[in-house]
Amino acid sequence: MAGKIITVSSGKGGVGKTTSTANLGISLAMLGHRVACIDADIGLRNLDVMMGLENRIVYDLINYIEGRCRLKQALVRDKRFPDLFLMPAAQTRDKNSISVEDMTRVATETAELFDFVLIDSPAGIEHGFRYAVNPADLVLIVTNPEVTAVRDADRVIGLLEAEDWAPAKLVINRFKPELVRRNEMLDADTVVDLLAIDLVGIIPEDEKILSASNRGQPVALDERSPAGLAFRDTARRLTGEDVPIEVHKKQSFFQRLFGTG
Amino acid sequence: MAKTPIILKGTAHGILLKPMTENWDDVLIALERALEDAEDFFRGGRVIMDVENHRLTQEELGAVRATLNRFDIELWAILSEREETVRLARSNGVLTRLPKNTEPHRREEEAPPHQKAIFVQQTLRSGQSLHYPGHITLVGDVNPGAEVIAGGNIIIWGRIRGVAHAGAFGDDQAVICALNLQPSQLRIGSHISRTPDQRRRTIQPEMARVEDDQIVAEPWNKRG
Repeated sequence: MAGKIITVSSGKGGVGKTTSTANLGISLAMLGHRVACIDADIGLRNLDVMMGLENRIVYDLINYIEGRCRLKQALVRDKRFPDLFLMPAAQTRDKNSISVEDMTRVATETAELFDFVLIDSPAGIEHGFRYAVNPADLVLIVTNPEVTAVRDADRVIGLLEAEDWAPAKLVINRFKPELVRRNEMLDADTVVDLLAIDLVGIIPEDEKILSASNRGQPVALDERSPAGLAFRDTARRLTGEDVPIEVHKKQSFFQRLFGTG
Repeated sequence: MAKTPIILKGTAHGILLKPMTENWDDVLIALERALEDAEDFFRGGRVIMDVENHRLTQEELGAVRATLNRFDIELWAILSEREETVRLARSNGVLTRLPKNTEPHRREEEAPPHQKAIFVQQTLRSGQSLHYPGHITLVGDVNPGAEVIAGGNIIIWGRIRGVAHAGAFGDDQAVICALNLQPSQLRIGSHISRTPDQRRRTIQPEMARVEDDQIVAEPWNKRG
């Protein structure tokens, strides 16, 4: 049976699409699934860096589409999980190098070999977005609790509905409970109420994400990171497991020591 | 001209209009001429426009609708093979598929376009718009960044947080009703108001209308 194709999209840039793709890919692999992450951001590739696989790239997505290599050659094996692969984007080309049909073919063929195929969509609602969501069985909308990000997410969901693309689910990233408490940030209920789609994860803001991305070691690998835990929980929800959504706060030294809280 | 720019013929569902050229000016001229020739025959009817593979623009759609409306004819449905065009048609409140098993169209009962109404059950998301020359009833929300524009009145069974414009052809008597009225902007006829930057106190059904040259909104349960 072919695997599930999940496209990670947002409309707005900088909300954490690539971070989410890398972490959910790793989290699904940690659960024992065979996972391929496809970087669809042709010309602005980042996913390889975040996953720490940049120096292993030989062939990329465009090479495969143009018939210069076989599918498996374009899939870079992860250094930590043998069943996790990355299909990198070409850095030296642009998004017009591939068509909606090309991307759909690559994703469908890849899905034959894996349980999950995650596609990291480019920002925006133009051609790059269109080819990224076309093959999807599910579109994960990543947003931040900010008015601008939510408005763009709403636009994307509207496009998905109008064109009968795949159903959408929501991930709220960079959530800061303290700011919500002080009424300085939209709370999760307000965001979900407006967007009216299922929420599958709330990822708290976590300083470790930045250093983790720079080191190519996504936070999902970090047992102690609240964001890492939230990504792992989100991945479990994507597999159909019923995991209650809660915002994980940073554990204090004593809580960690005594295993409470 | 090698071929006629349009085909116009009566069907069980209504009048079928088929543009035969990409040149929209020719289509409009031919349409106008055909309607003038048989004004009484078409008056009060409705049109199904089959554009096949032509990529219809908002301007083209608007121009056809305007021409038809002048002859008291409704642009009822647009059939297209293109997704963009289907979307465009839907956002203009036009059918994109002929309903199955409909009664043959009876013209005598039809009201003129500005007195007609559509019922839409959908939430309008950012970037989406709903235009209709008559009244609009929408069951759903109008999210920030979305707009509803009606020639007549607007009733929203939901929240308005985007833009609503009633009486878009200049009718200051039009009203806008909503269960929750928090628009970024309201327009009635030629009047414009934006919501006060201060957040509204309680949420309740309200009706907005023009009073003394200003748009006012009052709670539904406190009327008269």
